[in-house]
Amino acid sequence: MSIESTHSHDNDAHPAAPGDHHDHKPTGFFNRWLFTTNHKDIGTLYLVFALIMFFIGGGMAMVIRAELFMPGLQLVEPDFFNQMTTMHALVMVFGAVMPAWVGFANWMIPLMIGAPDMALPRMNNWSFWILPFAFTMLLSTLFMDSGGPAAGWTLYPPLSLQGGQSFAFVVFAIHMMGISSIMGSINVIATILNMRAPGMTLLRMPLFVWTWLITAYLLIAVMPVLAGAVTMLLTDHFFGTSFFNAAGGGDPVMFQHIFWFFGHPEVYIMILPAFGVVSEIIPTFARKPLFGYAAMVFATASIAFLSFIVWAHHMFTVGMPLMGELFFMYATMLIAVPTGVKVFNWVSTMWKGSMTFETPMLFAIGFVVLFTIGGLSGLMLAIASVDLQYHDTYFVVAHFHYVLVPGAVFALMAGTYYWLPKWTGHMYSETWGKIHFWVSTISVNILFFPQHYLGLAGMPRRIPDYSTQFADFNMISSIGGFIFGASQLIFVGVIVHCVYKSRKAAQGLVWEGGKGLEWTLSSPPPYHSFNTPPLIDPTTISHPEEAH
Amino acid sequence: MAHHADDQYYVPHGTKWPIIGSLGMITMLASAAYWVNDSTVAPWTFLAGALILIYMVFGWFGEVIRESESGMYNDQVDTSFRMGMLWFIFSEVMFFACFFGALFYARVFAVPWLGGEGTGAYTNELLWRGYESVWPTAGPDQLGGSFQTIPAFGVPFINTLILLASGVTVTLAHHALKKNNRGALVSWLLATVLLGFVFVFFQIEEYKEAYQHLGLTMGSGIYGSTFFMLTGFHGMHVSLGAIMLLVIAIRCMRGHFNPEHHFGFEAVAWYWHFVDVVWLGLFVFVYVY
Ligand code: HEM
Ligand SMILES: [Cu+2]
Repeated sequence: MSIESTHSHDNDAHPAAPGDHHDHKPTGFFNRWLFTTNHKDIGTLYLVFALIMFFIGGGMAMVIRAELFMPGLQLVEPDFFNQMTTMHALVMVFGAVMPAWVGFANWMIPLMIGAPDMALPRMNNWSFWILPFAFTMLLSTLFMDSGGPAAGWTLYPPLSLQGGQSFAFVVFAIHMMGISSIMGSINVIATILNMRAPGMTLLRMPLFVWTWLITAYLLIAVMPVLAGAVTMLLTDHFFGTSFFNAAGGGDPVMFQHIFWFFGHPEVYIMILPAFGVVSEIIPTFARKPLFGYAAMVFATASIAFLSFIVWAHHMFTVGMPLMGELFFMYATMLIAVPTGVKVFNWVSTMWKGSMTFETPMLFAIGFVVLFTIGGLSGLMLAIASVDLQYHDTYFVVAHFHYVLVPGAVFALMAGTYYWLPKWTGHMYSETWGKIHFWVSTISVNILFFPQHYLGLAGMPRRIPDYSTQFADFNMISSIGGFIFGASQLIFVGVIVHCVYKSRKAAQGLVWEGGKGLEWTLSSPPPYHSFNTPPLIDPTTISHPEEAH
Repeated sequence: MAHHADDQYYVPHGTKWPIIGSLGMITMLASAAYWVNDSTVAPWTFLAGALILIYMVFGWFGEVIRESESGMYNDQVDTSFRMGMLWFIFSEVMFFACFFGALFYARVFAVPWLGGEGTGAYTNELLWRGYESVWPTAGPDQLGGSFQTIPAFGVPFINTLILLASGVTVTLAHHALKKNNRGALVSWLLATVLLGFVFVFFQIEEYKEAYQHLGLTMGSGIYGSTFFMLTGFHGMHVSLGAIMLLVIAIRCMRGHFNPEHHFGFEAVAWYWHFVDVVWLGLFVFVYVY
């Protein structure tokens, strides 16, 4: 069925202007936040939740870096250290980065495609409100007699099966997160495919919308697989099955295959929306249309496709047949091609642009440069023969932190600065935003760059103590970590100031180079974003063709 | 027809059901976690959580049904619901794919390697000398003792016929609905529900037989693990589907749906076909082959 046929609107339906809406915002705290079906309120809930998780996970990272500040065991018991590495990852992946992206999706997708709200607003509420419960359950395991999970976020058996009573709580918490993600993704897909304003054809959609469409597909495809994997762990632990027990004909390596079939797409789930945000920001501040819009879309789709057939690059050392090693090595390297397309397109967009460097742009450029470093170390890891050396060392830790912290997290920050005026109706402090950027960028490199050397020299990951030869780089890394952690307080300060204190009102068009529907609305936008479908023409789409 | 005369879109107002659902879910799952850790009160709190969830489902769906029956939904809402259901079924497909994947991996790789094939020669030589790769197997250590399997062409085959027949009856019900033949609609639906419950009944009998006479349990190595995981989750889905069909049948008796608009019916029918197809996979790869 064609989208057009579902609307019986006439063409002079005017773009929604700020004044002409009856904003029936619900009153009262519970009505507003607990029972809400509004995409903006739910988006805000997701973002606030993610920020809180970011600090909880960050606190754990501080414990890790404090213990690793010097060789020897100083602060925490080894088992607690392992709980910290495990929980840090689980909280950051499932509690901070993923919900933050869903928050962005909630806020921005209806605004960007000209819809009044998400397609399934009640379910939208539920997908959020599962999360606080899931994470309460997950975090509560730290206070149980057996302690929290300590086998790493990858939950490899047999080690993970040696966890005590808390293990069941972890499994069920993961189930809840999965349910939440799946519902959120179904909502995103239905919204994008069904709620676009007439004329907003697929290839006119902003890239953020495209990347989220593909992300949502990945989520629906792999979260159930994770659910199945942890269910098998549960039954192996408590019900005597032997999926991962060789004595019964099972295989612990099978868990790794299943986990990484989920796990590799999962890393793209965290990074594709980041690609989208950066693709929105760079054209705005380079004042040039995005270079190669269609190529960006197809690159995203091919990355998503390839992400399903590379999982075993996480398992080069488990003793796969040679053909397996080769296949996964070459397939992995293939991903560098579409990823490279993206990086070159961002750079070409900036080429000869009239650039200004407001905070969102700084973070976006920081993303392009530093994410690329992570991509290159990924390529090194993709070479099966050398991964035998790098695997499970700090080189891997450096790799994925480069793609995740100055990668995904920087994109989250870039997006926050970019749209914060739109969300709140106030301008944030540009000075403090820039300070935040520079302190973060410098410290994140002090934090993670030395870890490459540590890894190449052979320091294993997930160990609370280390040989004295690694002392210097660890100390440097920890100092960077403390500065990075502290500098995120600036971020919170800027947000709080912007929301509650800033007197500088934001225009509808916050950034003069901004293109796309979200800028046609007031800041903040009306409660139901578009009550009537807006008119879509080349002036209101984000990535109009470049004039030749 | 939109909610407000001047709106083109339908946007529902606040809802209390999700938060109730979350409370039910956390009560149920936290209880389940205590339960597997041998808590004696947990079964009761689990039940309480399940009841809260059921209350939520009735309340939430009841609201949606009332809105739908009073004509508040336009075509766009209908399409959103359809997409929602289809993608939900896709997620279920992937959930089962995970366990099928485990089955195939075990049969194609893990067990032969334990038997010394390919790269497994040393594992076999050093750890389990003399273990020969066969299927079904309880593994080199014969975990759970020796067992016999359920023959495919007994009850499982009958169950296959039952589910296939139920796919036909639900389609006949759909045709009756489209022709607005209420009597036939309700009868075919009830026949489908009945077939569903008979399937579940046979499945339970089969489990009893396995546990009591064949020595086949969840602990019977990888065969028992995959067998019970796959058939167990499938059985749960059939039960759920049959209950949903029953609800739809009751709604039909109350005069809900019309020949043009009956998404609720279709959604459940899709779901039913989905559990049907999963069963065919099970029958072939778990029982026959
Ligand atoms: C050019 C693209 C990339 C390539 C070729 C690549 C390759 C790899 C390889 C081979 C490993 C396994 C290393 C080992 O354990 O020995 C790995 C680990 C990892 N990568 Fe990447 N990667 C790429 C991009 C990304 C991106 C974009 C993300 C996330 C946003 C990411 C996140 C991770 C994570 C989290 C791990 C470690 C997981 C763990 O063991 O805990 N990678 N990568
Ligand atoms: Cu990977």
